[in-house]
Amino acid sequence: MNFLRKIQLAASIAAAAALSLAAPAQADPLKVGFIYVGPVSDFGWTYEHDQGRLAIESALGDAVETTYVESVPEGADAERVLTQLALAGNELIFATSFGFMDPVINVAQKFPNVKFEHATGYKRADNVSVYSARFYEGRAVIGTIAGHMTKTNIIGYVASYPIPEVVRGINSAYIHAKKVNPDVEFKVVWVYTWFDPAKEADAATALIDQGADIIMQHTDSPAAMSIAEEKGLFAFGQASDMKQFGPNARLSSIIDDWGPYYVERAKAVLDGTWESEDAWHGINEGMVGIGEFSDKIPADVQAEAQAIADAISAGEYHPFTGPINRQDGSPWLAEGETADDGTLLGMNFYVEGLEGEVPN
Amino acid sequence: MIRLEPRLAPSRIWSFLAPLAAVGATLVGGSIIFSLLGKNPIDVLLTIFWSPLFDPNMSAYARPQLLVKATPLILIAAGLAVGFKAGIWNIGAEGQYIMGAIAGGAVALAFYPAEAWFIFPLMVAAGALGGVAWAMIPAALKIRFNTNEILVSLMLVYIAAQFLAAVSLGALRNPEGSGFPGSRNLQYYDSASNPELLAGTGVHWGGMAAVAALACLYLLMRRHIMGFHLRLAGESPRAARFSGARPALLVAFCLGVSGGLAGLAGLFELAGPSGQISIDFNVGYGFTAIIVAFLGRLNPIGILLAGLLVALTYIGGEMAQFMLGLPRSAIQAFQGMLLFFLLAMDLFLHYRIVFRTGAKA
Amino acid sequence: MDWGSLNPLSLVATMVVASIPIMFAATGELVAEKSGVLNLGVEGMMITGAVAGFIAALETESQVAAIAAAAAAGSGISLFFGVLTQFLKSNQVATGLALTIFGLGVSALAGQNYTGQAPPQFSPPNFGPLGDIPILGQIVFGYDYLVYMAFLTVLGVWLFLNFSRAGLVLRAIGENHDAAHALGYKVTRVRLLAIMFGGATAGLGGAYLSLIRVPQWTEGMTAGAGWIALAIVVFGSWRPWRVMAGALLFGGVTLLQLNLQAVGLEINAAYLSMAPYAITILVLVAISARRSGKSADTPASLGKPFHSSA
Repeated sequence: MNFLRKIQLAASIAAAAALSLAAPAQADPLKVGFIYVGPVSDFGWTYEHDQGRLAIESALGDAVETTYVESVPEGADAERVLTQLALAGNELIFATSFGFMDPVINVAQKFPNVKFEHATGYKRADNVSVYSARFYEGRAVIGTIAGHMTKTNIIGYVASYPIPEVVRGINSAYIHAKKVNPDVEFKVVWVYTWFDPAKEADAATALIDQGADIIMQHTDSPAAMSIAEEKGLFAFGQASDMKQFGPNARLSSIIDDWGPYYVERAKAVLDGTWESEDAWHGINEGMVGIGEFSDKIPADVQAEAQAIADAISAGEYHPFTGPINRQDGSPWLAEGETADDGTLLGMNFYVEGLEGEVPN
Repeated sequence: MIRLEPRLAPSRIWSFLAPLAAVGATLVGGSIIFSLLGKNPIDVLLTIFWSPLFDPNMSAYARPQLLVKATPLILIAAGLAVGFKAGIWNIGAEGQYIMGAIAGGAVALAFYPAEAWFIFPLMVAAGALGGVAWAMIPAALKIRFNTNEILVSLMLVYIAAQFLAAVSLGALRNPEGSGFPGSRNLQYYDSASNPELLAGTGVHWGGMAAVAALACLYLLMRRHIMGFHLRLAGESPRAARFSGARPALLVAFCLGVSGGLAGLAGLFELAGPSGQISIDFNVGYGFTAIIVAFLGRLNPIGILLAGLLVALTYIGGEMAQFMLGLPRSAIQAFQGMLLFFLLAMDLFLHYRIVFRTGAKA
Repeated sequence: MDWGSLNPLSLVATMVVASIPIMFAATGELVAEKSGVLNLGVEGMMITGAVAGFIAALETESQVAAIAAAAAAGSGISLFFGVLTQFLKSNQVATGLALTIFGLGVSALAGQNYTGQAPPQFSPPNFGPLGDIPILGQIVFGYDYLVYMAFLTVLGVWLFLNFSRAGLVLRAIGENHDAAHALGYKVTRVRLLAIMFGGATAGLGGAYLSLIRVPQWTEGMTAGAGWIALAIVVFGSWRPWRVMAGALLFGGVTLLQLNLQAVGLEINAAYLSMAPYAITILVLVAISARRSGKSADTPASLGKPFHSSA
């Protein structure tokens, strides 16, 4: 019976595949599925991925049909939802959270004809691509702005979990703030959650009490921005622009702009040119967007920040360019040397000058 | 004037009619919600209740998934029912579920990467013990100090959840996981994994355990003196004492059984469908199982059906999301409503409604 | 580490702010539990209040309307629980859990079009020269209206339970509903009102989150605060002032943890976060251990259904 079922399943998949091959493209739109870890209304991480989904729809129109399932817990539920999306005829599936990694790999094995795109992971297969954004490039830009704009010389950082992605962001922001302001000091608070508005707000408040006059965040809700607005201080939008939460407080923002990549990948499937890739895109490819500069930033600072963004985009400047020492003073990058991606992807140390330790 | 008169025994007719009436009322209520959202209510209801079972594309996969989703609910609810019958309220199954998974997972990770036949049985034992140990805290406090077990078991859920976060980031973190929180995936560790026993059926060891638990629940309640004592304790604690029941033993037994089964559910979920200890490992099965136990009226067949029904609303709800573009919140509101109606309809089981006119009773 | 930069005044002030949502919710739940009702739906009622208050604030720009809407919505949704458990005799634990699921869903639906907006900023009360007093000005006179309402609610509940006849009746019902019923008290009616009061205060707690503490509306934003409120009631051993202290402690621990990090102290967040719950269990044990003295802290009929046999 088990064997029969398998055959049935295989037959139905084969039939679906045959149908999609046989039918002309116009009559049978490409179905693209999305699985989100949070609600599309979070105005942060998941919201931006959903904007990417909408970008596919507006760019490719009738040639595609997109669907999503939101707030899917990582683990068993994710594997089920992914399988169902594949069974429902989606030929391209975006899984937009690190924790969906093993489920994606498992389901991809069962559906060799379906293409999977997994955000921020590191496990690939013939039909599984991974993609992520070089957010540290954006951090370099806002770090520069923060270094100039702080009056107390204290910058507060609301951090989620001590993982390389977050540590990298802290390092990049610190290096560039320090470059323009040698007296600058970073205070980091780990909230151990991606999404808990009240806790994020409390963390921002605690940092402000410690003298921070600029707040950066690596969590998903706009709570920190709201607090900065209320206290008359500055903050940067994270993931989305967040201007509406801090019309006065927002200096700029790092915007996750998944649209260009999503459109490109959907097109590739339509053209039959899709291949498994390891994409790590930055400002240049448009995956990391720098939000409009607030007019509270002096013109010369705006120009400097823009120059850094342009240099990074043009490939003339790498945010991690030596000389940079590790926190304990041991050398990491020599003069002029730039960090390799492998080290960056596993970054679990602070650079010299940062106080505190990466929690373990 | 409407009055309620308690029935001497639960109404047999209503035990069939009540769930039907509740589902009927939910269909009406759900139709209103879905229409307000601009969806065709018939489409939505068919997608939730019909597609997982009969949709030609989906059902071959979704039917076994119902069993996967229902397994932890049924396993936990079967244990909780024992205590609830006796008036011993363990509402901390979520915590026991977590501790069972951590204990079993720790055993597996301690042996990694050795392959041996005894690892999985050892994990099962550790999972059950983890759950029992966590449940023995409220049991011991109740026996010794008469401390309210509802509240202690609930507090222990929070502690267990914090502990889960701590080990996911610390002791049990995957050393090859790029620093992300979460343990190694036991699905890729043969000696520790709990795969489907027959591929495509959705039945893993947890499913077998759930069936066994339901059978034991039936035998215990119908055939064993302990079951008699438990029911008596629930209905009349004084009478139970006269008949020779030992209250301390009952408390320890009820919490131990429910904790053990919750721990097992956690372990089987960890080693099977979930694979990893992670911060979000627990998704509320321990709490949902309380509802399942009551929907099933603490009776084995009822729990089986209630577990499957709740699983159906989860899986059908997901389908409604990607097939019809319904937001998850609408599904959640619908689930809440279904539960309300099901709970409300129980009234007819235990009470007779008497309509009177004229003089006050 | 720089202890000098830990400002005790603003720490106290933020601790108060952090404790308000759970203080509101716990005080209401206390009244419900004193009447013998265990309502596990606090999270659902809080989030309903959060969204209702937020919508009303945006639509009317009126603080009074926002507060009223939050209380009414919390109270309204608690009626599902009230009617089910009191009239239809459903199980309280299961129904409370269903209320949480329902509330989370309904609130997210209702708030769909209100995400991504900032609420109007409501000005706090002006205490005139009092606000300029060096220390007191900040830690006593520096808050929003809802903060003072929370403390007044605690005071009101304390007065009500201990010094009013109605409060006595409510406690008697929670202690032994059969005896209270025999004395002619309306068990069902009193409990229903207690549940509605609990809903209203939970709604206010939620509104404080969405209007002032965070301030924004996001689906699921209570993130477990309702469950913490349930713990606080127990921690405070069903006494209003202790519940207030519990709210300050529970709110304060998280905040202290974040502040200690901000001054550069390495701490283990997970283990520190467990502490309040462990302490709550110890408090419970302490209460029950000296229960022979019959201080009657835990309502004896808590969670038990009432069958009128007349």
